[in-house]
Amino acid sequence: MTDDPHGETHLDGNAAAGTLAELFTFDVTVAVGRCAGCGRVSTVADTRSYLDGPGMVVRCTGCDSVLLRVVSSPERTWLDLRGLAYLEVDHVTEG
Amino acid sequence: MGLISRGFTGRRREGAEDLPPGQYLTHDFPVLAAGPTQRVPTDDWKFTITTETGARHEWDWAAFTALPRDEVTVDLHCVTRWSKLHTDWEGVSLDTLLADVETSAHYALVESYGGYTTNLPLEDLTDGQAWVAFRYDGEDLDPEHGGPARLLVPHLYLWKSAKWVRGITLSDHDEPGFWESVGYHNYGDPWREQRYWE
Repeated sequence: MTDDPHGETHLDGNAAAGTLAELFTFDVTVAVGRCAGCGRVSTVADTRSYLDGPGMVVRCTGCDSVLLRVVSSPERTWLDLRGLAYLEVDHVTEG
Repeated sequence: MGLISRGFTGRRREGAEDLPPGQYLTHDFPVLAAGPTQRVPTDDWKFTITTETGARHEWDWAAFTALPRDEVTVDLHCVTRWSKLHTDWEGVSLDTLLADVETSAHYALVESYGGYTTNLPLEDLTDGQAWVAFRYDGEDLDPEHGGPARLLVPHLYLWKSAKWVRGITLSDHDEPGFWESVGYHNYGDPWREQRYWE
């Protein structure tokens, strides 16, 4: 749990890992993304995630813009990535 | 002689008869957050209705709180399955706010401080169905619950009752809001259990 200047309690992007692991075959928290709002480039771990709403919201640490949203019903999951300009994923290498 | 038996009616849980399908009763007031709590000083607060022609109707806090206000007791139904019954609010009816607004639009996009949005048909905001509420349970509305003012549309799931409301844009076309664009139902009637995209 992290305190921010607004006195808020949110979790960092690692808290989103469980939900995102159901969608991606790679560890998304170490992927690097660019905020479509302010251009900040960071790992997904270095974000603010809000897990207490009707869905999960991951926001930019720099500007609070929404990077991604996940909503799950019992039957399916919806993922909105429009707040990410890109997501960079390293290939897994042997050795 | 005992001719009247209660045995066939079964035993109802408290409040169960008043709850939409799939909801449970809660007595506290859970706080759901999709982002940081907005703390908007009333000196800076404004509420704006913008019509489909671009005409703007704006109230600052003094003008807004000088309007006639309603005291209402309503039930809240959150899509995360909790319901809270008989909650007491004070607010300004959308009928009052829309009284001098000329529009033939059918849709409303509600906008909040912090960027949250939600959409609904304009007809769901009128006829005593919706308020911009600024007092809860006899006190000024806490920022955690959407203060200084939030929308209150109790006949729809609570995500439609946008916290920290700053304005409403009226339009001829329907634009999905924050949750409606990523899986949550466009209308959200709790009695028809309209939780998700169908």
